[in-house]
Amino acid sequence: MNQKIRVVIAKPGLDGHDRGAKVIARALRDAGMEVIYTGLRQTPEQIVGAALQEDADVIGLSILSGAHMHICPKVMELLKEKGLTDVLVVIGGIIPDVDVPKLNAMGIGGIFLPGSPMQDIVDYITKNVRSRVEQI
Amino acid sequence: MKTAAPEPTKERLAERKGPFTTISGRPIERLYTPDDIRSLDYARDLGNPGDFPYTRGIHPTGYRGKLWTMRQFAGFGTPEETNERYKQLLRAGGTGLSVAFDLPTLMGRDPDHELSLGEVGKCGVNITSLADMETLFDGIELGGITTSMTINSPAPMIYAMYLVVAEKQALRHGSGQGAWQNLSGTIQNDILKEFIAQKEYIYPPRPSMRLITDIFTFSAREVPKWNTISVSGYHIREAGATAAQELAFTLRDGVEYVQYGIDAGLDVDEFAPRISFFFNSHSDFFEEIAKYRAARRIWAHVMRDRFKAKNPRSWQLRFHTQTAGVSLTAQQPYNNVVRTALQALAAVLGGSNSLHTNSLDEALALPTAEAATLALRTQQIIAHESGVTNVVDPLGGSYFVEKLTRDMEEEALAYFDTIDRMGGMVEAIERGYPQREVAESSYRFQQSVEKREKVIVGVNDFVAENEAPIEILYIDESAAEKQLAKLETLKRTRDNEAVTRTLGALRDGARGSANTMPLLIDAVRAYATVGEMCDALRDVWGEYEETPII
Repeated sequence: MNQKIRVVIAKPGLDGHDRGAKVIARALRDAGMEVIYTGLRQTPEQIVGAALQEDADVIGLSILSGAHMHICPKVMELLKEKGLTDVLVVIGGIIPDVDVPKLNAMGIGGIFLPGSPMQDIVDYITKNVRSRVEQI
Repeated sequence: MKTAAPEPTKERLAERKGPFTTISGRPIERLYTPDDIRSLDYARDLGNPGDFPYTRGIHPTGYRGKLWTMRQFAGFGTPEETNERYKQLLRAGGTGLSVAFDLPTLMGRDPDHELSLGEVGKCGVNITSLADMETLFDGIELGGITTSMTINSPAPMIYAMYLVVAEKQALRHGSGQGAWQNLSGTIQNDILKEFIAQKEYIYPPRPSMRLITDIFTFSAREVPKWNTISVSGYHIREAGATAAQELAFTLRDGVEYVQYGIDAGLDVDEFAPRISFFFNSHSDFFEEIAKYRAARRIWAHVMRDRFKAKNPRSWQLRFHTQTAGVSLTAQQPYNNVVRTALQALAAVLGGSNSLHTNSLDEALALPTAEAATLALRTQQIIAHESGVTNVVDPLGGSYFVEKLTRDMEEEALAYFDTIDRMGGMVEAIERGYPQREVAESSYRFQQSVEKREKVIVGVNDFVAENEAPIEILYIDESAAEKQLAKLETLKRTRDNEAVTRTLGALRDGARGSANTMPLLIDAVRAYATVGEMCDALRDVWGEYEETPII
């Protein structure tokens, strides 16, 4: 039996622009996922901690401030440390083209820039999330 | 004569598939006629420009007397780099300065704070202490220009720094006395919209309001030409509000500030003339123009009738406008030049007193120098080539615009009632009311875009495959490295005893009822950092944590 996909939506760093994160959170809920929104100004430690605590399948990071090249490596490193390497990490926000391959190389496949339709994000997650059924 | 619009028949007057609504979802009729403004009374509802209720503008001569201030928001990296960009903008014809600070500065954190890592200089200029402020304005005479500073929670600290820089400059030319008496500029200093939309709050609502009324009181006496607040709708709109919500929440925030100022013991006319406003200019051309005209009329009545202000300058709404950042697309960025031009024109036709035009690349990054120049040229072309500045309030009397102005005013006043019944804006925020309205509007808008009810050119229609990337401004970690090095030197070379002493006095004053501005000025003079001063107040008031509303 398929359980709901569990998604932590997080706002790392100092950026408080949360319109996108909240709209995506709601879209994912409407698509039948279980969504936990961390709120603002989270450290990588707090985000990974929330993912662990909430048994998340997905972490969605919303970063518009340009701090992604600092935050993302830390998040990926902490996920590895905690044995959470099969958690799917997606990111939305303002990411310069030159940084996209670097994020891909870190293991972040879903990078959603301005103008990305909500359905694309829902589809990407649905397609790439680890299967919970296999876990049991 | 019958002026009602004829009903469409199948062949003649068939329309495209609707609905025909503004970007806010407001339905628009096909045609407006004298019937739509039958109850409009010129003297009562419009007045000439410069006459109550100022619907047509606050100056009789409009832009014939003085063009709007071309005030481009700018800032990135180190104070040195931003100083250079300000000089470029002034050489290119900008007529006012506007400071964009980075997130650490905005959130009252020094560059060496854990949360500042990766953030220094990325979204604006990093200002850590008075030394940075001096560098930021090096070679720029503060007495000869007006500066607007987009700063909210640490507004008192940044304002104090600006005042000390102005004073030091004046002392250097031997005119130290009265440097503040003629100093003009603006601090955004609008915490209510932070709780509603931008989320750059530090302290809880009530201590935050105290800092603001301290500034009202201090400035009324010491810096009488300073605009102590820029009550903002821009951010509320960017967060997803409709035009009517932007109008309503902004002006109701204004009402809250006036009430708090009066409750703090000021006479309304002592500080109300120095309240200014800041609106968005979004994509629906006529909705925006109507919004600005409604704003002036609503505020005039609020100040004269609700608050019994006597000075006409207390009744006159002055505003800065920024074209809508949220409307810019990452796809086909050159389309943004067109969007910005139309939005700028709407602001001008609405009588904005000051204007910032966005750059074409701002959905991707902070603007390059070339993009920033083109944004300024957009304003200059409107001002000098379009002819719209020859006449004041050219759309006054339009059946459509006057009806829309009236409709927006009514919708805003309905929101006022709701918020008044909740006990005020602070109470409404504590209940999550405006935040929920904004969240609903933003989700509804996104759904309408995904269903293609709203077309966004280049994004959900007229899409281009394989676009070539454009060159953007990339800010690396060198700004952080430089600012960290300066901070380290500062802490070694300043009088740390004075810093400790002034921060202690600040904490004591904040716990009591002293005006925090003189205490902050003392700390600033001792080269206390933004983080240190904000932390001192964190010690007293703690930090606010919101209950997120999806």
